Amino acid sequence: MRRRTLLGGALAAPLLAACSGGGGGSEGGGRTTLSYGMWDPAQAPGMEKIIAAFEKEHPRISVRIELTPWASYWTTLKTSMRGGTAPDVFWMNAVNFQLYASSGVLEPLSGHIKADATPVDRHPEALVRLYAYRGTQYGLPKDFDTVGLWYNKALFDKAGIAYPDASWTWDDVRDAAAELTNPRERVHGFAAEMDRQGKIYPAVCGAGGYILRDGRSGFGDERSIEGLRFLTDMVDRGWSPPQSAMTESVGRVRYWSEKVAMNYDLSAMAGQMYAVPALKDHGGIAVLPKGRRRATIIHGLANVISAKSRKKEAAWEFVHFMAGRRAAGIQAEAGVTISSYEGTQDAWLKSMPEFDLKNFIDMQEYAVPYPSSENTAVWENLQYPLLGAAFSGKGGVESAARTLGEQMDRALKEESGS
Amino acid sequence: MSVFPATAAAKAKGRGTTAAGSRPRPRKNQRAAYLFIAPLGIGFAVFYFWPLLQTFAFSFTEFGAFGGHTFIGGDNYARVIKDVTVWQALGNTLIYSAIGLTALPIAIVVASLLNRRGLRGVALYRALYFVPFVTLPVAVGLVWNWLYNGDYGLLNEVLGRLGVDRNHWVSDPSTAVYAIGAVMVWSTTGYYLIIFMAGIKGIPRDYHEAAELDGAGALRRFFTITLPLLSPTLFFASIICMINSLQTFDLIYIMMAEKNPAIGDTQSIVGLFYKWAFIENAQGAAAALAFLLMLLIAALTFLQFRLQKRWVHYG
Repeated sequence: MRRRTLLGGALAAPLLAACSGGGGGSEGGGRTTLSYGMWDPAQAPGMEKIIAAFEKEHPRISVRIELTPWASYWTTLKTSMRGGTAPDVFWMNAVNFQLYASSGVLEPLSGHIKADATPVDRHPEALVRLYAYRGTQYGLPKDFDTVGLWYNKALFDKAGIAYPDASWTWDDVRDAAAELTNPRERVHGFAAEMDRQGKIYPAVCGAGGYILRDGRSGFGDERSIEGLRFLTDMVDRGWSPPQSAMTESVGRVRYWSEKVAMNYDLSAMAGQMYAVPALKDHGGIAVLPKGRRRATIIHGLANVISAKSRKKEAAWEFVHFMAGRRAAGIQAEAGVTISSYEGTQDAWLKSMPEFDLKNFIDMQEYAVPYPSSENTAVWENLQYPLLGAAFSGKGGVESAARTLGEQMDRALKEESGS
Repeated sequence: MSVFPATAAAKAKGRGTTAAGSRPRPRKNQRAAYLFIAPLGIGFAVFYFWPLLQTFAFSFTEFGAFGGHTFIGGDNYARVIKDVTVWQALGNTLIYSAIGLTALPIAIVVASLLNRRGLRGVALYRALYFVPFVTLPVAVGLVWNWLYNGDYGLLNEVLGRLGVDRNHWVSDPSTAVYAIGAVMVWSTTGYYLIIFMAGIKGIPRDYHEAAELDGAGALRRFFTITLPLLSPTLFFASIICMINSLQTFDLIYIMMAEKNPAIGDTQSIVGLFYKWAFIENAQGAAAALAFLLMLLIAALTFLQFRLQKRWVHYG
C-alpha cells in the first residue's frame, strides 16, 4: 500500500504534464493559442474575464488556462519544463523565482518592457524587484499580499479594551493579549504561530532585524532574535496557544472560531474571513503594531514567460496586457486579491465594505519584500524543525535562532557555490 | 502437482544435460512458459530494475532542477553520511520498524483465536480486521489525526475520564513517533491476520487432537504446535513487515504538518528522500539516500534469511 502512493505520485506528474502540454495549437492558420499555467481555482473566473478582454484586443491570439492544484504545481511545472511541454505563460512566486531565473528557463523581459513602455512603475517597487534577477526583469507582478492585524471586536468589547489602531506598539499588543486571554473559555489573546510569512518574518523585520541580506542569514542577529522572542514570549506566558496545539488547529481557524482575539494574517484571507458571519459582523483589521520599527511582509505573484515557448511574441503581448491598467481593473473587481497596479484597488476595498481593507494598502510604504534566494526552499525548510520547540513553550529561542542562522548561512554558501 | 509442469520438466532435464556439458534447448512449451511470465518480467524490468539502475547512476551526479546532470563522484554519499538529519531519520525509521513488527504477535494471537472451533461470524471479524489495511492511507491518517487532536480529540476525552492528562499526541516530540507507529500497527494487523489464518488452517487438526488427548492445554498447544508449525509463515510475514516499515512514508506525510514541532522526531528515510528530491532540488543526494536504504533493506533481509535456520521449521 505504501508503494502504490509513492509510485502513483511520481507517475502522475509526467502524465499530467503530457496531457496538458504540447497541444497548444499552431501559429499557422493565423491564430495562436497560448497556454496559461496557474494554481488558484478561486482566481480562474477573474482570469477568464481578463482573457476575454485580451482576446477582444488581439483577435489572432487566444489563451487557454491550465489549472494545476497548488500541491503539485511546482513538481508538475518542473517536469513539464524538462519535457518541453510547459505552459507559455505561467504564475511565479518569490520562493521559486530565482531558481527558475538562474536556470535560464524564463524569458528575459527587460527589452520588451522598454520597447513597449509597459507601466512597470505603477506597481509597488518592492514587488517588481522580487522578480528581477541580476539586473534583468523576468516577471511582471499581478497582485500583492500584505500581512495585517486581524482582531475580534466582540472579544475586545468583552475585555473592555480599545480596538487596535495605527498608534499601537508591541507593548500594547502584549497588554491586550494578557487581558484578552481567558483560560476558562479557552480564549487566547494572540496566535503566535510558527508561520514564516504571516508571523516570523513580520516580527523579525518589525524588531529591526532581517531574514536575508547580501547573501547572509539574519537569524543570528540580536534584533531578529528579539523579534522571534516577541512571539515565543506570548506562548511562554500563555497568551497564545503553543505551536503543538496550533499544528492541529491553526491560528487562522482559531481566529475564525473566535478562540483567538488577535492574529497576524494575509490580506488574501479577507474573502474567506468575510464569508464567516461572525467575523463579517465584528472582525476588525489594523496595520501591524510597531516594534522597533514599522514593517510588514509584501509578496505577490508574477506572470512569466517560458524560455522554451515557441510563441514568445504572443506570450509577451499577453503578459504586457496583464500588467496594464485594464487587466488590473478587471482583477480587482473579481475581489479575490489586491491588484498590484496603483489606483485600481478601490474595487477590492468596496467589495467588503465592513472591513478596513485600506490598512493593507497603506502598509505598502514600509513593507519588506518576501526574502528569497536561488534555492529558497532549502533554507526555509530549516526553520520549522529548528524553531518548533521554542514556539511550543520549551524555551531556547536564542540558541535555536543562532543555529538556524549558521545552518542557513551554510545552505546559502552551498547555493552560491554551485 | 506442480503449477508449471513445463518448468519442472525443464529443470529435471536441465540437471541431466548440464552434467553432459551442453545446455538444454528451449522446447516449444518452455517458450510458452516464458510468455506467461513476460508481463511480470517486463513490468519488473521497466518499473523496478531500470529505475534502480538509473537511481544508482544519478546518485553520482548533481542534478539541475530542470534536467541536465554533472558527475560529481561520491560527494552525494559523503553528504548523506555527514548529515545529522539522515541519522535521526534512520533512528526514527528503525523505531517504526520495531513498532511495526508488533503487528505480528498481535495478528498471530487474533488469528489463533479466530480459528477456534465453533466460533461464529469469522468472516465478519476477518473483514473488520482487514478493512483498515485496504483503506487509503490518506483517509486513515486524517481520521487518526482527529482522534489524536489535542483540543477536541476523542482519545483525550476517553483518557481524560481515566485521569490521564490531555496531550497533543502527534505534535509532542516525545509521543509523536509512537502515535504514528500505533496507527501503522492498527492498519497493517489485518493483512498479517489473513496470512496467519491461512497458515494456521494448514496445520493438520490431528496434531492438536493428539496433544489434547495427552492432556495439553490450549496455551501449551499454541506454543508447541501452532507457533513452530507457523514459523515459515511468520518468517515470510516478518520480512514483508520489515521491508514495508523501512519504506514507511505516506502515513507520516499525511499526519505530520510542515509546522509540527515534532517533525524532526518523526521523519523517516523515505520522507527525507521525498523532501530532498521534490522540494529541495537535491535529486542526486536523494538518489544516494534511496540507494543506501535499498542496501540496508537487502542486508537486513539477508540477515533474516541467515537467522531463519535457527528458528523456522519446515514441516
